[in-house]
This record gives sequence, structure tokens and C-alpha cells, in this order.
Amino acid sequence: MSTVARFEFRYTRVLDPSGALVGELPDFAGDREALVDLYRGMVRTRRFDAKAVSLQRTGRLGTYASSLGQEATSVGIGAAMAADDVLVPSYREAGTQLWRGVTPLEILLYWGGDERGMDYQVPREDFPISVPVGSQALHATGCAYAFKLRRQKRATVAVLGDGGTSRGDFYEAINMAGVWHVPAVFVVSNNRYAISVPLRRQTAAQSLAQKAVAAGIPGEQVDGNDVLAVRHAVARAVARARAGEGPSLIEALTYRLGDHTTADDASRYREEAEVSAKWKEDPIVRLRSYLANAGLWTKADEEKLLEEVEAELTEAVDAYLATPPQPPEAMFDYLYAELPTALVEQRRLAAGGEDDEDGGDG
Amino acid sequence: MAEVTLVGAVNMALARALSDDENVLLLGEDIGVDGGVFRATEGLLDRFGPERVIDTPLSECGIAGSAIGMAAQGLKPVAEIQFMGFIYPTLDQIISHASRMRNRTRGRLSCPMVLRAPFGGGIRAPEHHSESTEAIFAHIPGLRVVIPSSPTRAYGLLLAAIRDPDPVVFLEPKRIYRVVKEEVADDGEAAPLDFCFTLREGIDVTLVTWGACVEDTLAAARELAEEGVDAEVIDVATVKPLDMDTIVASVARTGRCVIVHEAALTGGVGAEIAAQLASEGLLSLLAPVERVTGYDTIMPLLRLEDRYMPSRARIKAAARRALAYG
Ligand SMILES: Cc1ncc(C[n+]2csc(CCOP(=O)(O)OP(=O)(O)O)c2C)c(N)n1
Repeated sequence: MSTVARFEFRYTRVLDPSGALVGELPDFAGDREALVDLYRGMVRTRRFDAKAVSLQRTGRLGTYASSLGQEATSVGIGAAMAADDVLVPSYREAGTQLWRGVTPLEILLYWGGDERGMDYQVPREDFPISVPVGSQALHATGCAYAFKLRRQKRATVAVLGDGGTSRGDFYEAINMAGVWHVPAVFVVSNNRYAISVPLRRQTAAQSLAQKAVAAGIPGEQVDGNDVLAVRHAVARAVARARAGEGPSLIEALTYRLGDHTTADDASRYREEAEVSAKWKEDPIVRLRSYLANAGLWTKADEEKLLEEVEAELTEAVDAYLATPPQPPEAMFDYLYAELPTALVEQRRLAAGGEDDEDGGDG
Repeated sequence: MAEVTLVGAVNMALARALSDDENVLLLGEDIGVDGGVFRATEGLLDRFGPERVIDTPLSECGIAGSAIGMAAQGLKPVAEIQFMGFIYPTLDQIISHASRMRNRTRGRLSCPMVLRAPFGGGIRAPEHHSESTEAIFAHIPGLRVVIPSSPTRAYGLLLAAIRDPDPVVFLEPKRIYRVVKEEVADDGEAAPLDFCFTLREGIDVTLVTWGACVEDTLAAARELAEEGVDAEVIDVATVKPLDMDTIVASVARTGRCVIVHEAALTGGVGAEIAAQLASEGLLSLLAPVERVTGYDTIMPLLRLEDRYMPSRARIKAAARRALAYG
């Protein structure tokens, strides 16, 4: 008998849950500003999520998918990307989107039911979030193909959940990316659940990183609650992609501390004890402990940051609540580049609401 | 000017689009080295290279999904699905993403892609190779569904589809891929989308059809002429969105309408045309709208396929019924 191939998967962790340095400190982490930026990104994401959830609870926002507990993965991905890279996100990556310049107002508009929330003013080429789980991975492959064809040194980063890796299109995406050797990075934010389905019912594989093997691309695992590790690993993969060295797959091991969405009740399928144990791995506490122990963060710094974030987000919420809905004919106005003749009459009817006795809102 | 078949015209249009616009690229299974199983892409790999004529893995969802990623970046991918029977894995990508990218992002991103597939029966192909399911796509807002029925229209409509800023599903009637030859000028002229073509003028009955059935319908019209029936023949060409103006105007003159399509009856595009005629042309109708279509059955294997397809005889019988009414 002979061995055809052997595979190994790297696992990266820089800080342990207590904030102690247990791995090699990446270069960027020598700079206080860089660390504080990551910390601010995570705090901002958590506050944003909290505001969105409370808007939903008070009937002022539609269903919302919070990233509570997953901020290190989300923010680490954002920090690893360059402005001209392209993000292809799932619906749970507000942290990455906010980092890249999508505004809190845009995200609120989206979940509040307004398509204008996908017309990002800053990362103009980023994809809107994808609700059909895993389907977005393929867009990253195609987008990265465009970069390669045009000889642009840019990378595409797709983010999906552990549930998404069970879908055929995820496999098709990494397989094609491997064959085409395109600058794409696939990050699986493994928060251990797909709604109620735990990872062990999602796959018999020991890791999701190893799914890379089937596609012939590098795969690795990272502590997804360690923002330094996530940023470091994703940046490494992005650099490889930009250097023409092809795609990779990163599995970030994290945990969803909240419900799947505001429409979910996680107590139906998991024990409170499991969740409270996981709170001990809170990514925000972890970095704050590291910063504080290193003498880089004071109580005053913390208070100032919270104030700034609160002010920004309060303003965004106010702006969201003050934004009137689009006129009904907006349904037609972006359907095609030009409205086909066949739709002119329907648009007129929608705009006028003639047959709606109560003006179209009943 | 070259005499070309319908599939030859597809090839000519693809070559023209590739040479005119560096953003155009082709992807699909066996389209490169092999030139496509119907030879629609023959010679294009040699002319335009493997970066723009991509032999993909066997991955229909992957072909459609990666084309969306390319298109959002401003490329103009023309993706081939080898047979329409294998197009279904693309539906999620086409319905959930391609058709609504522009709408979701309020025009920030768009999806100028073409999804080509040979469709329809009549070539004694294996199971799953003969379907006509254009109505599935025609139901989807944000898409165009375009079906050529002659070499000239294949060339012009495919160029139009590729240049169109929105996603187009382009279905090629493979039964007539090589049936007719026409002189087609490779002049880069696109044909209009969202527009019916009146192929034969007549005053007694309007025959409305598309795809491979156009040939049969024209033949039926010629035979009806020998009986003294003067039929108008309309090739719908773009089945989504529909150019009802042309159809309604024709029926206003003839008062009678027969719709012919290979796809199954229920929920077919013919049903939509009939419904719109009922609401916009009711007073000009002198007879119920007739539909000559495939049956509401699974497309049979090859021994029975001729009995499934709308035949000239069935088309003529329906026209006679419409004429005899009232
Ligand atoms: C293709 C598809 N199937 C089902 C759903 C309904 N759904 C929404 S989220 C979800 C679970 C996704 O889990 P995972 O990929 O692990 O991501 P997470 O939500 O945990 O971030 C399901 C089943 C969907 N949106 N898309």
C-alpha cells in the first residue's frame, strides 16, 4: 500500500480567551492604533447589532440577523482587506461591511425593507448581502476571474456560514476557483449552528477547512474569536491571492451568542449552560484584556469610545427613522436598465394605486 | 456574404461580439477545444484564447453563478448550458441573483450576462435533452427570454442579447440548428429585442409562435394558402417581455388566433398571450384563441416524440377550427 496524499491544516490563534499572548504577534499588532481600530470596529459592530435588535423588538425594523459573539471574525476580515478588494458577504457580516464603509444607515434601511440600503455609497463594487445561503460564493469566483483577466492585483473575499458549506454551490465555487487559480478567499464563519442545526448534523467532516482538499486549494483554521488571528490569516490569504498564488479557504471557529435572527428562539435547541460557557470566549473582552494588560487602554479610553459610537449610531437610527419609503413605482425603476414597454402600464397603475380603495396601503 | 445555418449564425455572432468588445467572454462545458457539442463555439478558442473561451468544469450552477460575479464586475459573460435539460441547477442563481442584481442595488451593480442553451425536441436525443421550459424563465421579472428562429435572427438577436445591459436567457431551437441556410451579413447589426417579427402577412388568421415551431407554422401557412386561407405568421422572438402590441394589432385585423409552441400547455407562454388577448383584444376576436402545444406530459423518449410535437396537421386543424367558428 502506498500513500497518495497527506493533508495538514494550520490553526492560528494569537490571543487566548483571557487575552494572553499565546501565538506569534503579527506585525500589524505592534501598532497601538491598529489594535485600537480593531477594538473600535468590534465595539461599533456590537452596539450596532444591539440597536438593530431593539429597533426590531419595538416594531421599527424587519427581521435582523445579529452577529453577537462573531465580531472578531467579521471585523478581522474587514481589516485584512484593501479598499479595492471586493467583499461578497452573507447576511451576518455587518462588522465587515461597516469596516469597509457601508454606513449604519444603509444597513438599517436594508433590514427595514428598503432596497436603497444595498446601494452602498462607499464600497461601490461590494456585493449586497446574500440571503440564499452559500449561493454568493460563486460570485466571488467570477468576480476574482474578472480581476485575473484584467491583470488587476485585487482579491475577492466571500463570507458564508457553516451551513453554507453543505451546499453544492459552495463546492462548485471553491472547485472552479481552484481550477481557474483566481484571487478569491472563502471565509467560513463557523458559528456552530445553522439556525437550529449544530455542526455535527451538518457534516461528518472533522473540520470545514478540510473541504478545501477536494478543491485542491489551501485550507486553514483560525480562532474566529481572536481578531488578531483572523486579520492575520485572512490578510495572508488575501496577499497570496493578490500575488497570483490562487484561492484559499479559511474556517473561522466562532460562536453565535444570540438567536439566529430576531425571528428565532435559540433556547428551543441549545442549553443555556452552553451559551454562558461561550460568553467566556467573548472576542471583545479578549482584545480589551490584552490592550489593558499591555497598558494600551484605559477606562477613559473606553468611555470616550462608547460615547463616540453611541453618538454615531444614534444619528444613524434617527436618519433611518426619518427616511420616507420609496414611491411605489421604484419597484419598476431598477428592474431593467430601461423599462420595457410591456411594463409601462403596470408601473402607471402601481404609481397611481387607482384600484386600491385606500390608496394602496391596505 | 456567407450562407450560414442557425448554429453557424450563433457562431458568427459570438465571434463578432468577442472581437468587438474585450469584455465579452464565453464559458461552458466543452465549448473550447471541442467547439461545443453542437459546434456553436467552433474555432473561437483558437481565435480568442483560453482566457476568453473557457472550458469549465461540469458545474451548471457554477457556470451561472460565476458568470454573475463576472457580470457584476462589468464583464459580459456568455455562458452556455449544454442542453436546456441541465439548466435547472442555474435557476437559483438566475432567479435569486442575476435577475435582481440591478434592482437590489438600485442600479449600483448589474448583470449583463447571457445564458445560452439549445432547447426543444425533434433530434432523437436521449432523455432530458429535448425539453422546452422557456415559461419557467419567462415568469421571472428582471429577465429577458429570447428565442431566435432563423439564421438572420439568431445573429442579430444574439448580438442584441450580448449588448443588452441586463441578463438574457437565449434559447436556441436545436431542431432547426442546421435546417435552413441563409445569407447573413457579418455586419455587427443587432436585431431589436422585445419585438415580434411578422414573417408572413395574411388576413384570415394569426398564427403566433416561436423557436423551431416557426418553421412548421410557416409550412402550415403555405399549405393553408392552398386551401385559400391567408394566414399571418408572427415569430414572437422575445417571449419575455412580450410585444403584445404587434400581436393585438394583427388579431384586430384577422379576428382569429392560433398560438403554437412546443412546451407543455399549462402555464406556457401561450397562456399569457391568450390572457392578454382576452383583455386587450376581446372585441376583435371572432373565435376562441386556439393553442397547439406539447401535451401536459413528460416529454416522451424518442419513439414518441413526433407525436408530442405540434405538427403541421395539428396547426392546420386548429386554424380551420378558428375559421369555422361562429
Ligand atoms: C439556500 C437557503 N436555504 C435555507 C435558508 C433559510 N435559512 C436562513 S439562514 C439558515 C441557516 C444558515 O446557517 P449558516 O450557513 O451556518 O449561517 P449562519 O446563519 O449561522 O450565519 C437557513 C436554513 C436560506 N436562507 N437559504
